[in-house]
Amino acid sequence: MTDATANGQTGQLTTADGKPLKQALARAQSRAKRKAFFLVLPLLAFILITFVIPIGQMLHKSFYNEGFTVHEEIGSGVRTPIMTNLAAWFDENPLGTEPNETAYAALAADLVVLKDLRAAGQAGTRINYEKSGSRSMFTKAARKADKLEPPFKEAILDLDKDWADPELWRVMRDASSSYTGNFYLAAVDRTKDVNGNVVMVDENRQVYVKLFQRTLFLSLLITFLTFVLAYPIAHLLATLPLRHSNLLMILVLLPFWTSLLVRTTSWMVLLQSQGVINDSLVGMGLLGDENRLQMMYNQLGTVIAMTHILLPFMVLPLYSVMRPINPSYVRAARSLGATSWTAFRRIYFPQTVPGIGAGALLVFILAVGYYITPALVGGADGQLISNLIAFHMQKSLNWSLAAALAALLLGGVMILYWLYDRLIGIDNLKLG
Amino acid sequence: MKLKTALLASVLTSAAFAAQAQEVNVMSWGGSYAKSQVEAYHKPFTAEFGIKVNSIDADNPATPIKAQVEAGNVSVDVADVEFSDAVRLCDEGLLEPIDQSMLPAAPDGTPAADDFIEGALQDCAVANIVWSTVVSYNSKNVSGTPTTIADFFDTAKFPGKRGLRKSAKATLEMALMGDGVPAGEVYDMLDTDEGVDRAFAVLDRIKGDIVWWEAGAQPPQLLADGEVVMSTAYNGRIFNAAVAENQPLVVMWDGQILDFDLFVIPKGAPNLENAKKFIAFSTGTKPLADQASWISYGPARKSSGALVGLYSDGKTQMAPHMPTAAANLENALVNNFEFWVDKDAELNERFNAWLAN
Repeated sequence: MTDATANGQTGQLTTADGKPLKQALARAQSRAKRKAFFLVLPLLAFILITFVIPIGQMLHKSFYNEGFTVHEEIGSGVRTPIMTNLAAWFDENPLGTEPNETAYAALAADLVVLKDLRAAGQAGTRINYEKSGSRSMFTKAARKADKLEPPFKEAILDLDKDWADPELWRVMRDASSSYTGNFYLAAVDRTKDVNGNVVMVDENRQVYVKLFQRTLFLSLLITFLTFVLAYPIAHLLATLPLRHSNLLMILVLLPFWTSLLVRTTSWMVLLQSQGVINDSLVGMGLLGDENRLQMMYNQLGTVIAMTHILLPFMVLPLYSVMRPINPSYVRAARSLGATSWTAFRRIYFPQTVPGIGAGALLVFILAVGYYITPALVGGADGQLISNLIAFHMQKSLNWSLAAALAALLLGGVMILYWLYDRLIGIDNLKLG
Repeated sequence: MKLKTALLASVLTSAAFAAQAQEVNVMSWGGSYAKSQVEAYHKPFTAEFGIKVNSIDADNPATPIKAQVEAGNVSVDVADVEFSDAVRLCDEGLLEPIDQSMLPAAPDGTPAADDFIEGALQDCAVANIVWSTVVSYNSKNVSGTPTTIADFFDTAKFPGKRGLRKSAKATLEMALMGDGVPAGEVYDMLDTDEGVDRAFAVLDRIKGDIVWWEAGAQPPQLLADGEVVMSTAYNGRIFNAAVAENQPLVVMWDGQILDFDLFVIPKGAPNLENAKKFIAFSTGTKPLADQASWISYGPARKSSGALVGLYSDGKTQMAPHMPTAAANLENALVNNFEFWVDKDAELNERFNAWLAN
């Protein structure tokens, strides 16, 4: 060290071979960092490939849909723009222009392209997402596209008079650009009218906002219930001698290790109207045979089954913060004259808050995305938003709407996470 | 000597490898239905061509196919899908076109195009069975004997819970028929707002008593458990529960809704030639008739009808259990795939909203 100081003419610290110490240190450190980076590289690549990229692609679909703009041939991957003539007409004429002969001629030319590419179904499906009943108009018109003669307006309206519907033209205009916010509008029960103003959809088709609210409400309720149930259990586990508490711990972990489906179907066996609970109540004469309780296929079933399934996620973080709490703190408080309630409130409870936060966050986030359990025991009014996301993924195959709903759900959870961070602080979280 | 053995062994393994490469992956709906296909199509096909058939189950094969083709990673060669899905996937260019001339003629020489029931041959799909959605009841739990579809929606006359498929398709049609609309007018009426309102008004009458099901295996279970007294169901599943498992379940054919299941080949199928061979073989007169001896779904070929005999238990006549039997067709509706391809999104949206409220 003294050598180094002596060698440096400019007063800089240098190593024995004359390099500045700062540089040498930085180099050594960066090598160590690089090594460390290589160690995490497999995990990073794994997360990137299996998590970030697929989710990113999915979210991309929520505002980007090529159904009405590009046709990609399966196999060869050849991409051909479609509906180009119509898109050009939309560019030249502002919203609200009555479609004239030029517009219909553009449509007719595009229909011929659709027929040649066999892309009428794809284009029609895209329009059908926003204007029901229009899919078959496209497939039918494309089938006859070659035979259309001028004047095109008359010829196309002869095929189906609905082609004159201004709403259809509004939807086609929006769809002629791949980027659209309409799926997000649909995901909050809104749509555009013929003039492009955002309006609510018909009352008897509003469902998503309601389901978002219900999901939020039920998830909070379930989080609260798991907290109420888990707190005493965790306290008991943490204060019992290790020999006994281990045994009890197995009782908590056993269901945790059991398959989700097994647990859900077990609840079905218990709760159904010819199930164990109802049979016992009727057998004991507490309930008439006609008045069996409906505990399943409704919200009650969803709440009961999900509370049980998510309980370990609350017990374990609570246990992990309660275990190291020194019992002498509470004893000290009592000996200083605090009542047992005050001692709990002022001394014990504040020390468990990080565990409550972790448990609540875990349970809430899991509950918000729950899907199998409500699908099986939820019936009609116990469904959550995730069930409708699954519906659009699997049945209606409207992946853009599913992506928009999922993005809103993800955004909502992130906002709550941010709020949590602001209010309680994420550093305060203790998962175990 | 040793070298010779090693050589021989390597030749043998490579031959075995080549033989193993001869395979075809068939995706279907699982349960008793997939079993009927394995017995009637897969086993005889392997015996005749030496091509191994891998049976894959899915809740609805149309969904994985769409995902596979769009991702450019297709592992399925043949899939069994519903009518509206076949049309939709074909329109979207996700399926291989099927050349109808590859399908064998009937034993009496009738060309395939005339032998199949009307609508069974599509550009990209060949039907194998006719199935139907029916109302079924548990004769032990229901008070009296329901006879018409109207009884399903009448909880005053026949108290108890009802099972219904959680989907607008078939449910809305049944609601209208249950309100007295003749089968021939159902789709015209559903095409109007008043008709849809009327269907939902009928459903409103029993909304509090409905248990919703999603998988085809659920309704026989719900009926047998006594969880519901009446339920809509796929007729074949009820038949299997009633005949093979001796459950007191009865099919009420009034107001049944007929539909096809079709074989399709996804674009980019890895074993395209085998897939074509498989479809041509399976939709032949005899395999279709054999299939009907394992589950009560009707063959899509007219010439198979005469060959349908006994159930695999060797004593139950299959003919009266077929959805296409004349006695069962008195008040029957044929599913209008075009209507559903178009209106699926709108009506399911309204259906979901109705459910949630």
